[in-house]
Amino acid sequence: MKLSKSLLVGGVVSLFAATAVLAQDLTIVSWGGAYSASQQKAYHDPYMAKNPDVNIINDESSAEAVAKLRAMNEAGNVTWDLVDVVASDALRLCDEGLAMEVDHDKVLAKAPDGTDASDDFGDLIVSECFIPQIVYSTTVGYRTDAVGDNPPTDICALFDTKTFPGKRALEKRPINNMEWALLCDGVAKDDVYDVLETPAGQERALAKLDTIKDDVIWWSAGADTPQLLADGEVVMGSTYNGRLFSLIEEQDQPVAMLWDAQVFDLDGWIIPAGLPEDRKKAVMDYLYFATDTQRLADQAKYISYGPARASSAPLVGKHAELGIEMAPHMPTDPKNAQNTFLYNYEFWADYRDDIDAKFQAWLVRN
Amino acid sequence: MNESDANAIPLAADGRPLEQSLQRALRRQKLRALMLIAPLLAFVMLTFIAPIADMLYRSVDNRIVSETLPRTVAALSSWDEAQAELPDRDVFDALYFDLFFAAEYKIHTRLGSRLNYQQTGVSSLFRKTGRRVDRFDTDEITEQFIALNPQWENPEFWVSLSRDKQFAQQLPTTASVWQDWLKLLAHDEKSVAEEQPEDLLYYALYLDLSQIEAGQQSPGFDWWAGTTAAVKNFTPVDMVAQFEKTDEDWLSMDVWGVLKRFSPTVTEGYFLNALDMQKTAEGIQSQPESLQIYKILFVRTMVMSLVIMGSCILLAYPVAYLLSNLPMRKANLILILVLLPFWTSLLVRTSAWKVLLQQQGVINDLLVWIGLVDDANRLVMMNNQFGTIIAMTHILLPFMILPMYSVMRTIPPSYVRAAKSLGATNWTAFWRVYFPQSVPGIGAGSILVFIMSIGYYITPAIVGGTQGIFISNRIAYHISSSLNWGLASALGAILLILVLVLYWLYDKYVGIDNLKLG
Repeated sequence: MKLSKSLLVGGVVSLFAATAVLAQDLTIVSWGGAYSASQQKAYHDPYMAKNPDVNIINDESSAEAVAKLRAMNEAGNVTWDLVDVVASDALRLCDEGLAMEVDHDKVLAKAPDGTDASDDFGDLIVSECFIPQIVYSTTVGYRTDAVGDNPPTDICALFDTKTFPGKRALEKRPINNMEWALLCDGVAKDDVYDVLETPAGQERALAKLDTIKDDVIWWSAGADTPQLLADGEVVMGSTYNGRLFSLIEEQDQPVAMLWDAQVFDLDGWIIPAGLPEDRKKAVMDYLYFATDTQRLADQAKYISYGPARASSAPLVGKHAELGIEMAPHMPTDPKNAQNTFLYNYEFWADYRDDIDAKFQAWLVRN
Repeated sequence: MNESDANAIPLAADGRPLEQSLQRALRRQKLRALMLIAPLLAFVMLTFIAPIADMLYRSVDNRIVSETLPRTVAALSSWDEAQAELPDRDVFDALYFDLFFAAEYKIHTRLGSRLNYQQTGVSSLFRKTGRRVDRFDTDEITEQFIALNPQWENPEFWVSLSRDKQFAQQLPTTASVWQDWLKLLAHDEKSVAEEQPEDLLYYALYLDLSQIEAGQQSPGFDWWAGTTAAVKNFTPVDMVAQFEKTDEDWLSMDVWGVLKRFSPTVTEGYFLNALDMQKTAEGIQSQPESLQIYKILFVRTMVMSLVIMGSCILLAYPVAYLLSNLPMRKANLILILVLLPFWTSLLVRTSAWKVLLQQQGVINDLLVWIGLVDDANRLVMMNNQFGTIIAMTHILLPFMILPMYSVMRTIPPSYVRAAKSLGATNWTAFWRVYFPQSVPGIGAGSILVFIMSIGYYITPAIVGGTQGIFISNRIAYHISSSLNWGLASALGAILLILVLVLYWLYDKYVGIDNLKLG
């Protein structure tokens, strides 16, 4: 009796010890919602199937990742292993020393044809700390029933309250809005950032936005504009193209997308600085898997964001549930990308504090 | 019992003086009381007092500049911005050494972001310079030293030199750079004896040696005389030009001005920014009008919080009165209804207001259906101050009702009856007898609601649009987005001071003793 009991206890203890050694928790931070779901299906599930000892924990904190990472870093206890952030946040985290620099060619898989990762991602590697994942666009969606037979074809419809009366939804920050204002005030696309650099140019952009100030509902969460469009609160509004895709194709709302001067932006991974070696190793293994050509193409089955690798583009197939061809819905599709606007990361890293202060002061004033 | 016993100090049962014994008992009691509250005290200290102290410190803390660029800050101390001349070459030399190490530790960009709050463009200036600083042309100096004497290439030679007593005395710059070099190697877990000395060590040596006068006493190094003579003929490296080549902003007075103005370890800069002012070369000035925002927001936060408090009083008073005059069973039922909103998350309640208030929302639909409002001219009830006031009044109402109710319940109904029996009208009985007794409840509720509402930011962010946001929305932005925690702390500290001032005013004119929560 006594013997069997101690055997049992010993067995249980050694079992626990074994699982403790084997199970590797991986805390991955992302945006939640449909986006996290697409990562779950394209990356996490296949990775866990291949590595049964790894347990991926999802944390939906990307929206406040910058502040939380800084707080964790100051407290000396970083609990995250991998964080999904937009490129501008990656730049900021890299500057603050909160993200780890990586050698892309060393830690990421080559393309199937043997191209190095850094060439496959190309210009999308905007920071030493950033591993691109998807390309998205901030673009404008409009109510088809409100515009009649005369749908808008260019971005300046935002400022044309005569032809398109009604409220517009714009993001409550200067980024994108200032660029669009200048474009529609007659500044050539290539000169936008040169103009925006000067105080006079900033005034000019705000003056243009002033013309529609009373017609704008300012949003701060990505889900706002789709909701406002669905409710009929606004006639048009800016948001991420993936959100519009699900509004149009999945929820079947009378909304259409405007592919003009949409702002090309990136989202991807960063690894928090200062991870202990064993966790770093586990993350690197996951990262190698999750950013290879096939996996990036797989994600496009679940959400309409373009894969960041050039080699993934030909592999993009049909939507997993709707069965529609995904390529035409990608911001990277040649037809959609005819007149894209390139986001200037360096510019905004420098001017964000200054222009944001001006923009917010402008908003607060009547 | 004799005479002397009667005059002696009274003794306790155990023979000790009574007073001493009493004091001991009291002390023990106090200690026990302290022990009882100790866990709570520790908790409050740790989770409330300490963070507030930390926040207050952050609002003036500016150690980052002098910690990242110690030599530059020291060299800049003699530079006067008002002279309108660029700093001397030795400042650029100091910056070269500082930036080299900062870039190795990857902390230069952090300083860049910090200074970018004051001067646009510094962020990329530091990022860019950090990338290039280890490729400055100082390798020309290195080559000239090695050409002169190949042993300079040998790390062992440097190590033995650094052990010499004369080293720090004769070659102060080299010695200080060497110290930092050792720290860097220790940080990277590299061995001094194996690591090739970096160009900046040779550059420091060159700076030191070119200072040496021709006839100066040799410290006993066998290479001394020959090298000091040869260094005079070295092809120099123009450090100013090196920085200029990296980015011509290094020749901008604005950049150096900001570095100089923000080099002390403590700064008032964040507080100035929080009050729409700034530190310029000409002293403290108002921000240009296009950047003024915080004063407007502080005033708005105060005014709207007062309005919300007022509407809470108006709505809560009748409810609390009704509650306190109903029989217990009915009162409890209504009390549950008052508390019901607490069971729903704040976000859900605020979003529900969105559904009700928006232009295509329930209230507008209803008004259009009745015919009160034309379909083309639906009311705008949210994304403005009205929306914020409505939603926050609803959310904060229970905090007004509960203290009022608990005070009103203790007012004996016989007082009002007595007043009436003495001939008072209903109104006089209420206003002269009942109302004054309910004031402590109003006071308690008002303070509670007011203090809660000036700190709100979720509700204003959702229903407030641009005209209905509070100062806390900007604080949240600086905490989570811009990472300008210094400014966020300064704004928070000002908010704290405002609350304390209002509390003091309340105490002075109404009296805090009049406050009753039950």
